[in-house]
Amino acid sequence: MSPMPVPPGHVLVLSLLLFGIGILGVLTRRNAIIILMSIELMMNAANLNLIAFSRQHQHLTGQVFGVFTIAVAAGEVAVGLAIVLALYRHFDSIKVDDVRLMKE
Amino acid sequence: MAVLAGLQVIVSRSPIHSAIGLVTSFLAIAGLYVLLHAEFVAAVQVLVYAGGIMVLFLFVILLVNLRERSVWRPRPRTILQAGTGLLAIGAMLVLARRGHWMDVQPGAATDASVGNLEAVGAALFTDALLPFEIASLLLLVAMVAAIVLARDLGREGRDVGREER
Repeated sequence: MSPMPVPPGHVLVLSLLLFGIGILGVLTRRNAIIILMSIELMMNAANLNLIAFSRQHQHLTGQVFGVFTIAVAAGEVAVGLAIVLALYRHFDSIKVDDVRLMKE
Repeated sequence: MAVLAGLQVIVSRSPIHSAIGLVTSFLAIAGLYVLLHAEFVAAVQVLVYAGGIMVLFLFVILLVNLRERSVWRPRPRTILQAGTGLLAIGAMLVLARRGHWMDVQPGAATDASVGNLEAVGAALFTDALLPFEIASLLLLVAMVAAIVLARDLGREGRDVGREER
């Protein structure tokens, strides 16, 4: 039991900051693994919003949805990292700048 | 703390340091879930994210990134992209201020007679039964896809894989 309830607005601002950091990471980094990590940060931010609103509205659907989001994120990371491995074996690099087969 | 760790994810040079920042961020968020009375989701977060996903990331970093140091060197395009992202964050913050998010009062305390785990489990297996089954199918498909992608790569890829084994 927490002595003081967390105000939902603060949680929303925190999740906004996390999402912004994720956007920055996806846009600025060129390492495919770091881009995947940034995507994970953004998914966590969305999840935080779900839980915060679930608490605010006293409804459990948000939490159930959060569990589903985590499952989807796990699958996405597995496939994404497998793609990264395949890229590395194919191109000897995991920089997304080096992968331009469809451009040439 | 979650935000600081998240910043570490995108500014640190070595991917290992990024991974450490990511796991710190996950754990901080799990603590926040506990504060929001979502103990089940907090436990799942620790198990799946801080356990499973981080192990996956570390494995791939070890397999891939032995010699490569990814240096964070800003280029004009990078600065443009960062500017775009920062602009988006600023706009969202302004909207947040104008929408008076901070003034919202926290909701009433949850009914503590039923444990959080029981309640979530009951909702998961009654209201959300079909999505639950679909999620399990999705995980199966993702697992098969990951195995196929990471292994079946034509001749040279197969040889590389054999050397690693």
